[in-house]
Amino acid sequence: MKFDRRSLLGAAVLAASLGVAPAQAQTEIQWWHAMTGANNDVIVRLAEEFNASQKDYKVVPAYKGSYADTLNAGIAAFRAGNAPHILQVFEVGTATMMGARGAIKPVQDMMKEAGETFDPKAYLPAITGYYSTTKGEMLSFPFNSSSAVMWFNKDKFRQAGLNPDQPPKTWPEVFEAAKKLKAVSPTCGFSTAWITWVNIEQLGAWHNTPLGTKANGMDGFDTQFQINGPLFVRHLQNLIDLQKDKTFDYSGRTNTGEGRFTSGECPIFMTSSAFFGNVKANAKFEWGNTVLPYYPDVAGAPQNSIIGGASLWVMGGKKVDEYKGVAKFFTFLSNVDRQVKLHTESGYLPITKAAYEKVKASGFYTQNPHLETPLLQLNNKEPTDNSRGLRFGGLVQIRDVWAEEVEGALTGKKSAKEALDAAVSRGNDMLRQFERTVSR
Amino acid sequence: MEKRVVFNGRLLPYLLLAPQLLITVVFFYWPAGQAVLQSFLVQDAFGLSTEFVWFENYQVLFSKPEYYKSMVTTAIFSSLVAFFSLSIALLLAVQADRHIKFAAGYKTLLIWPYAVAPAVAGVLWLFMFQPSLGIISQTMRVAGFEWNPLLRQDHAMTLVVMSATWKQISYNFLFFLAGLQAIPKSVIEAAAIDGARPARRFWTIIFPLLSPTTFFLLVVNIVYVFFDTFGIIDAATQGGPAKGTETMVYKVYSDGRSGGDLGGSAAQSVVLMVIVILLTAIQFRYVERKVQY
Repeated sequence: MKFDRRSLLGAAVLAASLGVAPAQAQTEIQWWHAMTGANNDVIVRLAEEFNASQKDYKVVPAYKGSYADTLNAGIAAFRAGNAPHILQVFEVGTATMMGARGAIKPVQDMMKEAGETFDPKAYLPAITGYYSTTKGEMLSFPFNSSSAVMWFNKDKFRQAGLNPDQPPKTWPEVFEAAKKLKAVSPTCGFSTAWITWVNIEQLGAWHNTPLGTKANGMDGFDTQFQINGPLFVRHLQNLIDLQKDKTFDYSGRTNTGEGRFTSGECPIFMTSSAFFGNVKANAKFEWGNTVLPYYPDVAGAPQNSIIGGASLWVMGGKKVDEYKGVAKFFTFLSNVDRQVKLHTESGYLPITKAAYEKVKASGFYTQNPHLETPLLQLNNKEPTDNSRGLRFGGLVQIRDVWAEEVEGALTGKKSAKEALDAAVSRGNDMLRQFERTVSR
Repeated sequence: MEKRVVFNGRLLPYLLLAPQLLITVVFFYWPAGQAVLQSFLVQDAFGLSTEFVWFENYQVLFSKPEYYKSMVTTAIFSSLVAFFSLSIALLLAVQADRHIKFAAGYKTLLIWPYAVAPAVAGVLWLFMFQPSLGIISQTMRVAGFEWNPLLRQDHAMTLVVMSATWKQISYNFLFFLAGLQAIPKSVIEAAAIDGARPARRFWTIIFPLLSPTTFFLLVVNIVYVFFDTFGIIDAATQGGPAKGTETMVYKVYSDGRSGGDLGGSAAQSVVLMVIVILLTAIQFRYVERKVQY
């Protein structure tokens, strides 16, 4: 068969125009996200279901790499003038997005303008609080939420003579249990992923102790860190002491160390509740999870934990019609039955009160208690200024700075107090740097 | 009679040069100029507000002890990588230059790692040396050695130096091998007849005659460790623990990307650019004098 160049070109143009044709009839909504594996399937399925449910709009999801990659891709696209409509941003990027008021469209405003029924009170406050202003105005739409919980290996508990049905509740009890567990797992009594999220951020909220002034930065960018207070110093000092004989063993800054739990090496492991899918698929032992431990002598503990995960931000400068489509999509996501399905199938936390109640009433949690643990923890008490969420500009990099100081302390280079003092002063420098760029 | 081609008019030579000049301007001078411009600005990540601040970003940068620390880290890292990758590559090249069986096979195998992307190299080594699951760290643990690059800076530095060296050996090997093959056999044979042993022949004849290659590789390697090792560090240690492996180029990335501080990050790139220009100039000015072409 022979083609001449012209007919090939013609065919290409024809194919291209065919591909574009349906898009002209529909309004396309770009959705940039950072989900991989099973979570990516959830996103694709949601988009497909929404696209099949109506004809006017077409949601087009696109994977943009890690959370940090996705945020940066969104920022770069905004600078180039072609930002997506919906951008998935992890919780620590919240202040960055909020600081860019001209670049975003607050979700609550958008829903109102599009005429969608929207009641911010229908959503779980422990989740939406993180993404709202102090006045309660919801800025972004929570999508995948989780919280830090304590996972434990029941088989190892039995071998070490501990009762797997009564996991330790307080930090001193965890330390005791870990010392006993060292007999059966000599290289690691307990460990945590996300070293700063679990041992600084969650620790503060769970003990109703502030991480920084101005309600953890919620009331303004001129906030100062307070993580060198007695609670944080005591906890870090305990970790330093226990690191010496590996009763506690450091597992890195992110969740790359989670394999140490599923492989059976670390019998107690604190990390995200979203670890569920991984544990279910890979742990070849009987496991369970429970709420985070606390120090019983701290007044008000346990308070409530804070969330992790990501929310959907709507970018500014789009057409009215496109915002209508985004609003319709968010209403679609908030649907009770869809939330129930998402929660029970994927392990994401439900974002509406109605969905949570419905799952509770169905008796699902009696068979799957691990999925309720983060919810019990998030809703333990009415959130306070210390436990509503965090709003620190540049927290992505500040976390690295904190982790550096913690690493320095765990190797014995610095005392707990010295490390946290440095974490505060270096963190404050970065807060001022952020303030310097947003306030001009 | 002398034969000479004379081009009339100035247009043709410029036209012939144009593609190369265009590439240089678009891909080198333009981005470099952008970096210099950005380093004088304070801007939020989204580019919503911009202010021209002259040298404020540089002042902030040079007032921070972390920046000097990253300079020291870079110096240690680059001298280790340059030394090991050059010396190991030379050793291998000298061995592969002999007449042995399967020489071609060995040569091909030695060149392979160069085709591996830096990030992949970092991940490969990370897997082998991951403290709890890595195959080599498990062996070391059995042997009673506590390997922990997550907390020990010296271990983390060893890890990135090993991966960066391994990656660069192939490139150096290739050039050394070509350099060795260009040395006239007659010179070496003459020395051998005069009774010089292999070690002496190497140091008095081969090594000096190789010096143009060594010098070229030194320059290339320094540039490599300054810029191209970024992927390895990002994949293996993310600059940790406690900034133990944070080189200057990694700091440019973490401040600009994770920190959203584009002005400060651009100021660092400009400093880095100046350092590399100076280093290369010094090498050409002083080291090159000792090179025998």
